[in-house]
Amino acid sequence: MLARRIIPCLDCDLGVPGGRVVKGIEFKQIRYAGVPWELASQYYADGADEIVFLDITASHERRETMTSVIKKTSRSVFVPLAVGGGINGVEPAREVFNAGADKITVNTSALKRPELIREISDRYGNQAVVLAIDAKRRYTLEEGREIVQTEQGPCWFECSFYGGRQFTGIDAIAWASKAVSLGAGEILLTSMDRDGTYDGFDIPLTSAVAKRVKVPVIASGGCASPQHMLEVFKKTDASAALAASIFHFGEWNIRNVKTYLRERGVNVRI
Amino acid sequence: MTIAIVDYGMGNLFSIYNALDYVGGSPKIINEPDELAGAEGIVVPGVGAFGQCMDRLCRFESALNSARECATPIFAICIGLQVLFEASEESPAARGLGWIKGRVVKLPSSVMIPQMGWNSLSIKRPVEMLQGIEEGDMFYFVHSYYGLPEDKSLIVATTEHGVAVTAAIAWDNIFATQFHPEKSGAKGLRILENFVRSIRC
Repeated sequence: MLARRIIPCLDCDLGVPGGRVVKGIEFKQIRYAGVPWELASQYYADGADEIVFLDITASHERRETMTSVIKKTSRSVFVPLAVGGGINGVEPAREVFNAGADKITVNTSALKRPELIREISDRYGNQAVVLAIDAKRRYTLEEGREIVQTEQGPCWFECSFYGGRQFTGIDAIAWASKAVSLGAGEILLTSMDRDGTYDGFDIPLTSAVAKRVKVPVIASGGCASPQHMLEVFKKTDASAALAASIFHFGEWNIRNVKTYLRERGVNVRI
Repeated sequence: MTIAIVDYGMGNLFSIYNALDYVGGSPKIINEPDELAGAEGIVVPGVGAFGQCMDRLCRFESALNSARECATPIFAICIGLQVLFEASEESPAARGLGWIKGRVVKLPSSVMIPQMGWNSLSIKRPVEMLQGIEEGDMFYFVHSYYGLPEDKSLIVATTEHGVAVTAAIAWDNIFATQFHPEKSGAKGLRILENFVRSIRC
């Protein structure tokens, strides 16, 4: 039986030499966590099942490239690596695959041009294309939306793009389903309501998307403790849980989290 | 100890190169069949679909056959394992290397396809290549099809994904895994290290 995966996420600012891992709170405030490939090595040693690198460089002046970060990482890190942020065509995808990435994640560029998913999956396979969705709850119900029941009442989920700075009007659950039909092999599902809040994953959102698509769903946003991971694995069909701050700032390491989960009956790789 | 990684033009061989380098092998990516002649070990990586893979691999076929007869250790990974068979449901018109009698079939529709993620091994037969690997150790799989040899004794490990899926095959100088040892952490590196050691012996 497939194990549930624990995936640390490195948000990378490549505006400084070597790059640096940063973490935003509710998509805004920033803290620094370390050098990308060094943190990746540490997480690998701690038992990460996969590592996600997201390029969130804001400044125009780049002092490091993602291909260089991945090349350095893949010399000593032997688990799947996923790379995202600004990949808007087959050529930039090819560059990161050639540097040692196993998967790419797309978000804004796929919302703007859904065919991108098909173009990359035709060349590299569905398993290599992860669709990232940043979803926000909307309690104003509209016709044609996929309605989900939550403790706060019924809502639908709207996709955001440009790193949470703009909204699209697109229904996140419908988009997940469409992206899979275009060739996305996995969904990285981030709750904007929970991201950086430490309140735990958005269970109704994760559950709804995991029920809707046949590909693995990675739950993301809001994780602050192993209890949150336990909750998302017990209550939903999520294949993986992604977290950043909980690992970056020394609150828990991946090994401790996995031991905690295994003792409570979750099938994880130790 | 040169280990030739067969590059048949499907891209990323960086991971397997790095992993072999990490465990002390001397990997070399080769693009021409005649470069296989001097290799002390050969890795056939797997990328793409069965038919596509064979289209590009066929020019290496006679060099691989010679290496097999010379008892050069050969390690095939993922689709690399599948092309050792005669044919696959994935590409019915294509012909495989035919070293193993049997078929490559699709995973059952009751489970997630492709199987993507970490799954545990059930060891059927202890072999040198699995030294240091224990029952239940997990490896990284990404695939939609799997090999079913007529001679079941070739199977050294299976994994459970709807059915018992062939995870590793071994006979003579050939070893093949459906999972990716280069993406399977310390346990995957251990298998690659066993391969490097088998060349030294």
